[in-house]
Amino acid sequence: MLQGERTTKQADAYRLRNKKMGFSWKTYLKRYWTLYLLLVLPIAFFIIFRYTPMAYILLAFKKNNILQPPWQVAWAKDNGFEWFIKAFNDKNFIDALRNTIVLNLLDLIVGTPMPIIMAILLNELAYPRFKRITQTVLYLPHFLSWVIISSITLRLFATNDGLINRAFGTAIPFVGTENNWRATYIMLGIWKECGWNTIIYLAALTAISPELYEAAEVDGAGRLRKIWHVTLPGIRSTIIVLLIMNLGHILGSEFDRPFTLSNPLVEGASKTISIFVYERGIQGSQFSLSTAVGLFQSLVCVIFLLLSNWLAKKFGERGVW
Amino acid sequence: MSTMRADLSGKRLKDGMIKSSKTRAGDMAIAIFCLLLMLVCLIPMWHVLVCSLSSADALVRNDVFLWPKGWNVEAYRTVLTTEKYVRSLWWTALLTVGCTLLSLFLTICAAYPLTYTNLKGGKFINFIILFTMYFSAGTIPSYILLNNLKMLNTPWALIVPNCISVFNVIIMRSFFFGVPDSLREAAEIDGAGPIRTLVRVYLPLSLPVIATLALFYAVGRWNGFSDALMYLKKSSAEKYWPIQLLLYNVIKNSTQTSEQAAQEGFFSNGVSKTIQMATVMFATVPILIVYPWLQRYFVSGVTIGAVKG
Repeated sequence: MLQGERTTKQADAYRLRNKKMGFSWKTYLKRYWTLYLLLVLPIAFFIIFRYTPMAYILLAFKKNNILQPPWQVAWAKDNGFEWFIKAFNDKNFIDALRNTIVLNLLDLIVGTPMPIIMAILLNELAYPRFKRITQTVLYLPHFLSWVIISSITLRLFATNDGLINRAFGTAIPFVGTENNWRATYIMLGIWKECGWNTIIYLAALTAISPELYEAAEVDGAGRLRKIWHVTLPGIRSTIIVLLIMNLGHILGSEFDRPFTLSNPLVEGASKTISIFVYERGIQGSQFSLSTAVGLFQSLVCVIFLLLSNWLAKKFGERGVW
Repeated sequence: MSTMRADLSGKRLKDGMIKSSKTRAGDMAIAIFCLLLMLVCLIPMWHVLVCSLSSADALVRNDVFLWPKGWNVEAYRTVLTTEKYVRSLWWTALLTVGCTLLSLFLTICAAYPLTYTNLKGGKFINFIILFTMYFSAGTIPSYILLNNLKMLNTPWALIVPNCISVFNVIIMRSFFFGVPDSLREAAEIDGAGPIRTLVRVYLPLSLPVIATLALFYAVGRWNGFSDALMYLKKSSAEKYWPIQLLLYNVIKNSTQTSEQAAQEGFFSNGVSKTIQMATVMFATVPILIVYPWLQRYFVSGVTIGAVKG
């Protein structure tokens, strides 16, 4: 007891001293220089590998030449906007843009409700041990890479010798026509991430006061009414924030997923912007054009993020920053 | 009267609430549905396991579904004696361990100073770190940078460019913020500097979050595919291919041209398929063994990240 009192007093004196002394760089640096030492490597990383590439964005407005640094290269035609104009007149780019938006929108519409439903189901599960095992199993697909998933997909969904078609005696081209491929793509995305995405909703669900459920029960509410009137309103803000943030990524594009799942029959549906950039830039050495496309994508992403954050605040939610 | 009926039709719970038989039927229905969901998650992996243990003939005939036919471990023996696979697996394991340690070190270095709210310049540093999460230069500028740094087609291209994840820095920082200030003050009164405080007070308290981030980094590196595809293009860099890229190429080749697959050392299409499945097992089992033990921790990590991110 006495010991505790003494340390509190000591701490108070310490705080007071810190306050009284005023600020002096010398004592400050003497005490905290090690903090700056810790920051040296991370900051060097961010400057070299995150901010230096931003200087190379200049290449989007220059002639296609990476042998010289971009600021020494001559400007591209049309006041430097040659590559942007070329991209938007390029049918392949327009297709990639459309594919990116279509796939992301489908993901958003079909993929958003699934984890919510699954989280509510898990929440209603009455057997705690079984619930824990279920969760572990549902998280499993999240830890598989798209390369693995695509290799399994080939075995399961092939038109002629795929297991599903053989098991049911059908010949459905799950990955052979563009629309079917889109559906398979969305379904596999849900399969991989749905369980993982329940984590955040389950966390929100634990914050709902049990008293609300008891009160609802006293009022004679059954399971469905409790879900409708207590559970869903309780996670409403989480749902809105996540939905809006996903809306912000509508033009963002994954690379691994469409790239590994694609096949020559469905390239009209599977080539997204990230694949376009890879093929034109890294495989085809059209660096200026693909940098321009990348810049367009990054800018639209930032604008969408700002918009969706504004939207979140408008809905009366906290927003992200 | 009413309690008696409840005793007959429903189970009495500890807190005196009574579950009707209707509710219990609902519980059962939900449990059965969850069981089905579990099967949907497990069957694909189970099928891969079964295929890898089956004979090549059975696979070609497409008879194998949920139980191995012509049980043998030949595929595993082939993978473990093919130099290309063994080297890639070892290399990926080494890379994963090394990158995870490096990433954890750098993440702690970045996150800890930012928890000092009176750090001069802290706000600015915080901003330049967070900004990269919302705006990135893109694939090609990063590629040109690595080209200029002469890192393309070397192992460095897999190690350095993605060694810090801003998202993980945020998780780490939020966790550090949760450590009570009084502990830091006590350490400072005892004469400990910031680094000693970090090592003696913060790190021992942060083991759960460190385990979580280690899992995130390790899974990211082990499953990493696109950076290797883009940065290790030259055939001279093939010896640095991680297992995912190797697997991708093997599968792509075997589905496109079986002659090429034969050149790579496979005898027939069926054999190559069992070997593919065995390789898939090798590429997934390490993670599948680890993650269930860390579940408690990564669940809280994801929650922190989502709240603050």
